[in-house]
Amino acid sequence: MSTDLIVQLIILLPLAGAAFLGLIPLFARGIRAYKGFLGAVGVLMVAIPFGLTAFLFAQGVDSVYVATLYTWLGAGDFSVSIAYRVDELSIIMTLVVTGVGALIHVYAVGYMAEDRSFWKFFAYLNLFIFMMLNLVLADNLLVMFLGWEGVGLCSYLLIGFWYEERKNSAAASKAFIVNRVGDFAFLLAMFILVKQLGSLDFDSVLTGAEAMSEGTIATVVLLLFVGATGKSAQIPLFIWLPDAMAGPTPVSALIHAATMVTSGLYLLARLSSLVLMAPGVMTLIAVIGAVTALVAATIALTQRDIKRVLAYSTVSQLGFMFMAAGVGAFFVAVFHVVTHAFFKACLFLGSGSVIHGMHHVEHDLRHKGYEGPFDAQDMHYMGGLKKYLPVTRWTYLIATLAIAGIPLSAGFFSKDEILFKAFEYGYDGNPYAWFVWGVGIVTALLTAFYMTRSYMLTFEGKARWPMQDQLHPHESPRTMTWPLMILAGLSVVGGFIGLPKVAKEIGLSNWIHDYLVGHEGHLGPVAEPEIHAHVSVMVEIGLILLGAGIAVVGVIWAWRFFARYELGGDQVIQNRFGALYRWWQSSYYWDRFYDRTLVRPVIGGAEKAFAPFDQHIVDGLVNAAGRVAMVFGWLFGRLQTGVVQNYALAIVFGTVLIIALILL
Amino acid sequence: MEFAHFLTAIIFLPLIGALLMLLAPTDRAVRLFALIVTIATFLLSLPLWFGFDVAAGAELQFSVVDFPLISETLDVRYLVGVDGFSLLLVLLTTFLGPIVVLCSWSYIKESSKGYYTLLLILQTGMTGVFCAFDVLLFYIFFELTLIPMYFLIGIWGGERRIYAAIKFVIYTMVGSLLMLVAILYLGYAAGNAVNGGVFTTNYFKLLSFDVPLGMQSWLFVLFAFAFAIKVPVFPFHTWLPDAHVQAPTGGSVILAGVLLKMGTYGLVRFCLPFFPSASASHTVLIGILAVIGIVYGALVSRAQSDAKKLVAYSSVSHLGFVVLGIFAVTLESIQGAMIQMINHGISTGALFLIVGMLYERRHTRLMADYGGIAKSVPVLTFFMVLTALASAGLPGLNGFVGEFLILVGAFSSDAPGMQVLTVIATLGVILAAVYLLWMLSRMFFGPLTSESNRKMPDLNVRELVILAPMALLMILLGLMPQPFLKVSEPAAARLLEVIEQKRAYAEIDDPQLQRRLELMERMPPSSTTPSADESLPQP
Repeated sequence: MSTDLIVQLIILLPLAGAAFLGLIPLFARGIRAYKGFLGAVGVLMVAIPFGLTAFLFAQGVDSVYVATLYTWLGAGDFSVSIAYRVDELSIIMTLVVTGVGALIHVYAVGYMAEDRSFWKFFAYLNLFIFMMLNLVLADNLLVMFLGWEGVGLCSYLLIGFWYEERKNSAAASKAFIVNRVGDFAFLLAMFILVKQLGSLDFDSVLTGAEAMSEGTIATVVLLLFVGATGKSAQIPLFIWLPDAMAGPTPVSALIHAATMVTSGLYLLARLSSLVLMAPGVMTLIAVIGAVTALVAATIALTQRDIKRVLAYSTVSQLGFMFMAAGVGAFFVAVFHVVTHAFFKACLFLGSGSVIHGMHHVEHDLRHKGYEGPFDAQDMHYMGGLKKYLPVTRWTYLIATLAIAGIPLSAGFFSKDEILFKAFEYGYDGNPYAWFVWGVGIVTALLTAFYMTRSYMLTFEGKARWPMQDQLHPHESPRTMTWPLMILAGLSVVGGFIGLPKVAKEIGLSNWIHDYLVGHEGHLGPVAEPEIHAHVSVMVEIGLILLGAGIAVVGVIWAWRFFARYELGGDQVIQNRFGALYRWWQSSYYWDRFYDRTLVRPVIGGAEKAFAPFDQHIVDGLVNAAGRVAMVFGWLFGRLQTGVVQNYALAIVFGTVLIIALILL
Repeated sequence: MEFAHFLTAIIFLPLIGALLMLLAPTDRAVRLFALIVTIATFLLSLPLWFGFDVAAGAELQFSVVDFPLISETLDVRYLVGVDGFSLLLVLLTTFLGPIVVLCSWSYIKESSKGYYTLLLILQTGMTGVFCAFDVLLFYIFFELTLIPMYFLIGIWGGERRIYAAIKFVIYTMVGSLLMLVAILYLGYAAGNAVNGGVFTTNYFKLLSFDVPLGMQSWLFVLFAFAFAIKVPVFPFHTWLPDAHVQAPTGGSVILAGVLLKMGTYGLVRFCLPFFPSASASHTVLIGILAVIGIVYGALVSRAQSDAKKLVAYSSVSHLGFVVLGIFAVTLESIQGAMIQMINHGISTGALFLIVGMLYERRHTRLMADYGGIAKSVPVLTFFMVLTALASAGLPGLNGFVGEFLILVGAFSSDAPGMQVLTVIATLGVILAAVYLLWMLSRMFFGPLTSESNRKMPDLNVRELVILAPMALLMILLGLMPQPFLKVSEPAAARLLEVIEQKRAYAEIDDPQLQRRLELMERMPPSSTTPSADESLPQP
């Protein structure tokens, strides 16, 4: 098979799947019941592209391959093609998207089995994969933007999947609109690039960048970064992601953890050599990343809803990735994208398995006539689930340890590399990186703590749901547990693709660095800054030990703390932090702030000022003009007396007037 | 095309159909006959697409039946043809013809003979507008569209139909009468200058006439005012929501789909090339009005409780983009404006169609009366979501292509202040999502509370036949717009040449520049100045 054909199949199979699953059952209702068949189609349309990508990966990349399908749009010299780019970076991203994507599709077959709109769910998921592949495989910014907005659309459709609840469709609209704020900046960046370079192809942008002034480059990078904060849920645009948890849990795992939200990082990595030319913006990226990581971690500590903990945790981890990008370690950002995809997908799917079980408890409760409070996602009603959900428990625990950064797990390698790079960049004479490093260390400790909290409150301790002695949740079906086990396995071993520098001492190299950045004369797609002052091996080992120590301390501390207090632990923390805790719990009042400063003024202004203004002033003037004309019409009508003498008199007066005017 | 009357046939077939229809015995026969006529016209217009020579897209094709319209002594002739600017608009008109008939199928219950007759007359007027290459002929067609539309709103409209119809007619008439004055003046001036003293409204002769600077600015204002009302440009837009809300669905589709485009088409066809210097000096003003229209239209749209009014105001916003693109005068922005005219016709047309379908079911346009109907009408919801996304400019669907080219072009424009205007205009991208998603959320999502909403039937076959081609076009124009863009590119390039040349000449008229030029003449010439006659298009 030619590479062209492979690329086309990778891209088009999910689209074909989406069209088939979306349109056929829409009209042919009979087919909706064949869920096994529909699910299999959905899974295959992602699994086959995964296989094809793995083939490309195994083949190796000698040079960048661009598959151009056709000219999309253009005018004069400016034209944009539908073109896809196969290089190391896009292959890694495609592997993650289709690989983790396929696993989540399999999982969803079980998770959504009882849903009426099973077919629609898989149509949306396939469409999402298609759009995501456009995003990561694009050869120019506009095709990337097609994917960029396309994944936003799928996110909108899937957050609002259970649209009958008003809150879900509100969350969907919020996600789309907040993302559009970011997309606005993305568009402006493209306008500048077209004006300056006349092209949006990555090659032209990266090679042409030198022709642009420093200020222009900084503006472009800043605008693209603003776009990235929308998609990747960073301050100031992160507020949509927690609400996005309204979508079915496989969606949260696929879109709002493993793939779509990492697009911002991918964008920066793709344009890394351009970003490196804007050091000022890099500082901003790193600082925003660090602050977001810390802020989100503190919020995560206070949440009761298991999915919201994971959502804020995702925001926080994305913050880590931006820290990496901000200190020029783009390949580490991608590395963390990969490992995070493994353990966060595992955590989300685990929480989905828990919720699946708790839903059955809820169902039985209602059946028995229980009318008290219950929430299938609230950890306060969980506890002691390890007995009933053994596979879910073990995989969740493994993934928790991985995100906490317990030594040799996937998260350990990638997070440590981020902190190390920040440290090294600071050492190299960029003082802001020290700050980033410091915040990173604190956040890492918090991460270990709040993730262990979520594990403890869910799986350990006593069962806390009503009638817990009669009703028990059951472990999920195998279509759900198998993906969990595979992802847990990857969360254990996934980190070995990015060994720390010190491993060189025993002859092992950092594979992902060499693959993405290049080695021995082969230049990869991801750039990195030149580091002049390298940290010594002893310091590096010290840092690794520090990172490992923090993770271990955080986990053990939280474990003992919540084993002792269980649910009361939250109260203890609250008492200790007081007002600060309430701040965290209310997500720093971000939503309220936007509501008061933006949403209400704009909507209220539209309703109370613009619409009345339009009706009464703008249209009022038109109608007034009409009325004036009618009055004149009436007056002139009166003038038409029909008496010839009057007309003659008027003519005389008129003539005199005109002559007078001319003479004067 | 061998057949010289080919285009004439396309223009007048609906009118002849309208006359023949008077013989039709029953209401059923009337609408069937109207459908046959519009489909036949559409099929007849397809050779335009396939036979059009894209490479010569700047030239007049499928022309020309050229005979005197009034008398031998005046150079006012029946001169029709299509070039790259008009081809797609003609096709849009003939394409929407059968769709409008179909959407009126069960909606129009009273005096349907009158309704369909007017519809067909209207189509002749609209097609003629885009084919006329004599300005007075253009004017006749332009006015011809007014009368049927007046009756369509005034007879088959909603509760305040008389008010809306009169407002529509008077408002548009004020503008177009002023334009008539300008046309007559221009005809005499051009006649004296380039036509041996014979009054002329021949488009190409007027084009070859360099309108003196002093004359340009007020002629421009008269023309632009007429078109600005038609588009409509803020603040001349208030007739639009009234007309839309009161008009029957078919009327709204025609209004949004084609009639508004006569305004933007006029700006491209006449204002820019006839008065290039005046349009340059008015660019900032019109740019500001366009951008106000984009943002203001979107905000007012968000404040509506009536779904049809929401869509009507969204037109104000969308056409603001088109006007911005036209006055930015770059190849990208004009190309974007041309394709955006088509896109707006399709997606806003579809929005009106769907709102009309809901109205037929529930007899209300208030969004509050709906809610959660995605559950009872899933297929209708599918088309609505698709259309709303197209209208919101989602890449991959048609709306994005035009908006993007307009904004990219406007941003690269040298006209003063264009960058700032473009940035503000781009805000419209966010706002479009705000009001469209708001509508979707309010009408289609949430709990299904009302019993009459629950029992609402989904699309029938006729409605599917209406919406399916619209949806296909949205996707086709979104993913493969290039064949359509290619059609108008030569014409756009030619337009830019003409404008540039004329502006260059105008600068020579400028006494200050005159002196600089004299200085230049003493130096050896680097290149010969091209003469206007060589490069201007000839009839």
